[in-house]
Amino acid sequence: MEKDIATNQTILVIGGGIAGISAALEAAECGRQVILAERNALLGGRTLQLYRYFPKMCHPTCGLEINLRRIKANRNLRVLTMTEVVGVSGRRGSYRVKMKIHPRHVNEKCTACGDCASAVSSEIPNRLDYGLGKTRAAYLPHAMAYPMRYVIDPSIVGTEEGKRARQACRVGAVDLEMKEETIEIEAGSVIWATGWKPYDASKIQPYGYGRFPNVITSVEFERLADPGGPSGGRLLRPSDGKEAKNVAFIQCAGSRDENHLRHCSRICCMASLKQTRYVSEASDAKSTVYYIDIRAIDRFEDFYRKVQEDPSVSFVKSKVASISLDEASGDLFLNGVDTEGYHRYANRHDLVVLAIGMEPESLGMALPEDVVTDSSGFIEGGFGAGAASSPLDVNRSVQSATSAALFAISDIHRISATEEAS
Amino acid sequence: MSESFERYRSNFLREVEEKVEEGEWVKMCMQCGVCAGSCPFGPHWEHSPQKIFMMIRAGKREEVLSSDSMWMCTSCYNCIVRCPRKLPITHIMHGLANYSHRLGMAPKGQPTRQFAKLFWDNLVKKGRVNELKLTMKHYFRNGFSAGIREAMAMKEIGQGMMKAGRINPMEFFGGHAVKDLSGFHAMLAKAREIEDRKKGFSD
Repeated sequence: MEKDIATNQTILVIGGGIAGISAALEAAECGRQVILAERNALLGGRTLQLYRYFPKMCHPTCGLEINLRRIKANRNLRVLTMTEVVGVSGRRGSYRVKMKIHPRHVNEKCTACGDCASAVSSEIPNRLDYGLGKTRAAYLPHAMAYPMRYVIDPSIVGTEEGKRARQACRVGAVDLEMKEETIEIEAGSVIWATGWKPYDASKIQPYGYGRFPNVITSVEFERLADPGGPSGGRLLRPSDGKEAKNVAFIQCAGSRDENHLRHCSRICCMASLKQTRYVSEASDAKSTVYYIDIRAIDRFEDFYRKVQEDPSVSFVKSKVASISLDEASGDLFLNGVDTEGYHRYANRHDLVVLAIGMEPESLGMALPEDVVTDSSGFIEGGFGAGAASSPLDVNRSVQSATSAALFAISDIHRISATEEAS
Repeated sequence: MSESFERYRSNFLREVEEKVEEGEWVKMCMQCGVCAGSCPFGPHWEHSPQKIFMMIRAGKREEVLSSDSMWMCTSCYNCIVRCPRKLPITHIMHGLANYSHRLGMAPKGQPTRQFAKLFWDNLVKKGRVNELKLTMKHYFRNGFSAGIREAMAMKEIGQGMMKAGRINPMEFFGGHAVKDLSGFHAMLAKAREIEDRKKGFSD
């Protein structure tokens, strides 16, 4: 009798964000062999790019530290960074996975001393800051990067600068000869923790993102607020570097819109409410939230109430129809009609933050046949962890990751049990 | 009890759903306000689409059907393009205008309505628009001397249109028609019959 049998007991977790880390750890701590593949040079994903997260306003480095200790203590978990999964074939029980390992040009001897960075002067856009700031072409991706190893950008490999970085390294960690590798592994189960990406804001034409410098997205605003970010934690607007004093938050930028993303991205209301706190904590600046309806899900209603009590925050029940630019000042006029009373407004703000919708990062990836997605592309049915499965906040991503780990463990067990029975 | 109960029955919404073209979309409106904010005529009419949809749900039958807002729509389609729920707002507005016109509740003397009626009557006669008669009827709608004044003011445009062959003075005598005029009239009568049956008009 033909049956799916697990030819392999390894669990592969794709994506090293908070969901991937959690799923991998949960499975590894249950004694399974786990491989965690992350495309970037460090673990932490988009959670690490947040300044703080709701509702307790904690810094992501705190949770990351705990998880990194768990990773270091676990012998069942192998972490592969700069590793891109390019193809998954097969089915539950026996997958073949093709992965591309991009060259880091720094080997495991690196002590993270920073001498290579000091020897290099050319700069590249900082990926961690969504390209808002710049970093040296030899860089440590984050102060708490795991693995704690520098990266040499391919742009300086083969140049004089690359040689200078190699000469500066006292432990011989810089390896300019490193080549891209392709490997193939087998896995009994695959957990998709591929996460999310911000919707392309320039597609929301009436809001002028990309045309008006002072219209930014919520993920970029996180970087502005972060002391480790491009502006050192000061809320400086991009056009002239002036401190923002009158910030507008536009909810449902791309979400709940048949022309863009049809789903509610669920976290943006809380994210904007949280970001009004950044504004009021930084200075005497004002915040205005333009919303259709505030979806402070679950017990977060408390947080919403607290923000409502803040006199520096006001709420306008309206989806902004369009934004126009005041060329002289760089300020923006938000045009629309307020649903509570139908008053027409054209309100002036010096910085506009679009609470940008979440799109699954797995869009456009070739998924194996047995992975089912919903109408927005989120992965259904257990093997999606975190924001790959639905627009989730950090807390719910961890819950969903634990569930995915259980699914994966029971799957390799059930299938291997079938094998014994037959 | 029954009185307060009646107040919350969405009878008018149901009526709109059944009898107004695209009326079944009205309940999908989530009151975000993008249509109202995007309308180029926005500040100049009393009820924006957003407001009209809310009024329908609130059962304000008289106010909605006698509003002149539906007649102000220029069919620019900005609202349809931007509506996050893809409501065919322009079409609903036209559907409402037509419905209130059929009921005789449309505002009297509303210029768009007057012109629409002129255009329709003109078209129906021969199955082709008689540009000359349409223009004249329009100019002389407020009496003879007002018509002369208006025609004189537009003289140059009129002459230009004649030169370009857009208006033919010979159209004054009858004008051109579709090939099968009686078939065209029969078709319109049938369409009217179907529409009346659907919308419950007996005349």
